[in-house]
Amino acid sequence: MTSRDPGLDAERGLDAERTVTPRVSLVGISKRFGATAALTGVSLDLLPGEVHALVGENGAGKSTLVKILAGVHQPDEGTILLDGVPTQVPGPAQSRALGIAVVHQEPRLFPDLSVAENVFIGHAPSGALGSIDWRGMRRAAQALFAELDVQFDVGAPVRGLSMADQQLIEIAKALSVEASVLILDEPTASLSAHEVERLFTIVRRLRDRGVAILFVSHRLDEVFALCDRATVFRDGRHVITAPTSGLTTADLIRHMVGRTVSLFPKVDNPIGEVLLEVTDLTRVGVFRDVSFTVRAGEIVGLAGLVGAGRSEVARVLFGIDRRDSGEVKLAGTPVDFPAPSAAMTAGIAYLPEDRHQEGLVLDFTIAQNVTLPILPRLFPKLLLRESTERAVATEHTEQFNVRMTGVDQEVGALSGGNQQKVVLAKWLASGPRVLILDEPTRGIDIGAKVEVHRLIAELAAKGLAIILISSDLPEILAMSDRIVVLHEGRVTAEIARDQATQERVMFAATGTQASHG
Amino acid sequence: MAEAVVPVRSGRRSVLMTIGRQRELSLLAIMFVLGGIVSLIAPQFLSVDNFSQVAVLASITAIAALGEAMVIITRGIDLSIEAVIGLVAYCVARSLELHLVDPVGALAIGLVIGLVLGCVNGFVIAILKVPPIVATLGTLSIFRGIDYVIAGPHQVPLASLPAGFAHIARTDILGVPVFVLLTVGVVVVGSLLLRSTRFGRQVYAVGSNPEAASILGIPSRRVTFTAYALCGLLAGLAGVMWVIEFGTINGTAATGVTLAVVAAVVVGGVNTLGGSGTLAGAAIGALFLGFIANALILVGLSQFWLQAIYGLVILLAISSDQLIRRSVQRANTRSTAR
Repeated sequence: MTSRDPGLDAERGLDAERTVTPRVSLVGISKRFGATAALTGVSLDLLPGEVHALVGENGAGKSTLVKILAGVHQPDEGTILLDGVPTQVPGPAQSRALGIAVVHQEPRLFPDLSVAENVFIGHAPSGALGSIDWRGMRRAAQALFAELDVQFDVGAPVRGLSMADQQLIEIAKALSVEASVLILDEPTASLSAHEVERLFTIVRRLRDRGVAILFVSHRLDEVFALCDRATVFRDGRHVITAPTSGLTTADLIRHMVGRTVSLFPKVDNPIGEVLLEVTDLTRVGVFRDVSFTVRAGEIVGLAGLVGAGRSEVARVLFGIDRRDSGEVKLAGTPVDFPAPSAAMTAGIAYLPEDRHQEGLVLDFTIAQNVTLPILPRLFPKLLLRESTERAVATEHTEQFNVRMTGVDQEVGALSGGNQQKVVLAKWLASGPRVLILDEPTRGIDIGAKVEVHRLIAELAAKGLAIILISSDLPEILAMSDRIVVLHEGRVTAEIARDQATQERVMFAATGTQASHG
Repeated sequence: MAEAVVPVRSGRRSVLMTIGRQRELSLLAIMFVLGGIVSLIAPQFLSVDNFSQVAVLASITAIAALGEAMVIITRGIDLSIEAVIGLVAYCVARSLELHLVDPVGALAIGLVIGLVLGCVNGFVIAILKVPPIVATLGTLSIFRGIDYVIAGPHQVPLASLPAGFAHIARTDILGVPVFVLLTVGVVVVGSLLLRSTRFGRQVYAVGSNPEAASILGIPSRRVTFTAYALCGLLAGLAGVMWVIEFGTINGTAATGVTLAVVAAVVVGGVNTLGGSGTLAGAAIGALFLGFIANALILVGLSQFWLQAIYGLVILLAISSDQLIRRSVQRANTRSTAR
């Protein structure tokens, strides 16, 4: 990344703070979703002409903050000041009208419309009788891209353009409404180094024109390369805001980690033979040369930031996606599953990240959900027997302490934690040897969380080999015998339980080279 | 904390779900009330003859609706069902006219043609992955086109069918018309298939959550294909019944019937988005529409109202489903959102 003169930046930062009214000022913003507090009393100022970094672990509340500014969510408490004036942002349209533009990691464009139409969607220049002035629109779009110093065929459809180009269209869109606040939400996650550089040049140009820019990113090197100030969130709370010139990567990581809560009853149990052996597993463009082993009775944590490729590895192991190269051995035998059913037969179970989308059939009762993967084995003959089904389901849900009226209850009526227990019961009914858990405690309350942890520990004690994917650092640290850390599709560290600290994991997860005790 | 709210939420949900699930009962209740009103205006409504006539007519729609219901539960739709009924009806009537087959053979021909046409739909949708609404719109046109080509201007008159064939429709066993018994039989067998076999469970799973189904290793292509094939088979049966009931058959037989069939399924409580519903519901839905048609005539309203009323009933049923679904979802996401 480009080098900068730190003195100049510090000066700008200080200057601005002293004299300029913040373009956006968030004061004491809180937001709860059910039992989960996403943000608690956070405050943040965005000054005109500054690039402000917002960093934090997964689930620190960054996205919620972005959504509040974009008008998607309403804060439960707190005030939003625009140029010092208290303002409501009741919806996305109002947010845009107030001059706030958001560029998402995945651009949200209309692929079949032209570049120019996408830039001016909703506010196309009109000609006589209110018809769209097509020529004027194309000319204006061209002018915007000229301003950004990029070449575009503005008449071509968006479909087929690269992610980076699509982001530029989003930025042009922001320029077209003369947005004075630009929010970039993980904009570089899918860009090449060259594209990142081009984006940064444009962002700096906009900054120099006085736009207030919020840059949300996991990549700490980019924070230092681009941003004037940085704010760290942790657990939905504001930790620190400081000029980047006065911070180091180590400082940032220290502020990001250090989450509390670790009451998980990790039990040490004997660790047996290697059950799963993954060697140089590669899926092109997703992850590369991933190697690790899992032993019977062992819990291996897969840590990493969103987009590091953890779930993608799991999907290949379970036969949902195919690998391009590499080897997987199950109990010493090489395996390559063409479909999930084959993986299940071989004794692998996968608890997917999104239990509503992939884990449960919400129209079904608890019993029907639990027996769904084992129907052929349970009822080899034609007819199902509800009594058998109920007995099997009761047997498997009992040990999980699911709070339900009975196994005939519809699974959609259960709370998140109890639904997750049903998903666990379902997979365990299939009698797996290897269990892959993808974010098993996301979005469930703390009581249920502890229970799920106890269950995971018990399952390991029974000799299952467990892969635990989690974005919750304390959870990974507390539960895992070993931690494999992924960063952008590669394994960057393998850390034994007694040597694992939040800092070490976070260093590896952010791809920071410096080792740190 | 979340645990504490659960009982309240599930209480609200279960009330809504009960309303949703008791569609069969509420339909019967509405029929009783409507029947009461109609019988005040037109006393002949309450006669046994009238009832059995309504039930016989409705049973053809009901048989077709059973197949359609199965398809809709998988998140699909079969718009070609009227063309299948029509083509089967003509082929059956014509083969009887030409003395190619006896009545039993006619039934077999009808079922086989229906099954083959259903397999065509299944192939296009499950294997070629054409969206069901487009695929069956295409086959609707193709099947009807074939029907026109085969039939030309010819019309098979009632008189050229074997003696007694058309009489089956008026035959009773212990006072119950044969068609009604047949429908009840198919409902029982079909419900057993959907409720108590692996295939049935998979039909609901594929319709309710295709992604989860594929992760669970459910062969969704095979399940979808089979659903369309069975739908074709039942449409074939409905086609044979059509010949028995109406006797006089030409190339346009059963035109426009799809609307009534889909209406019956939807009114019967099958979720248009797939994943839930029962065959009994679909059959009762067909009976319900039959009663409305009958009541209209007896009350003296023009038959031309019928088409509009079918449409209105579909919209009412779906919008009430949507309302229920939305409030269930709202109650549900409140604590799981993040």
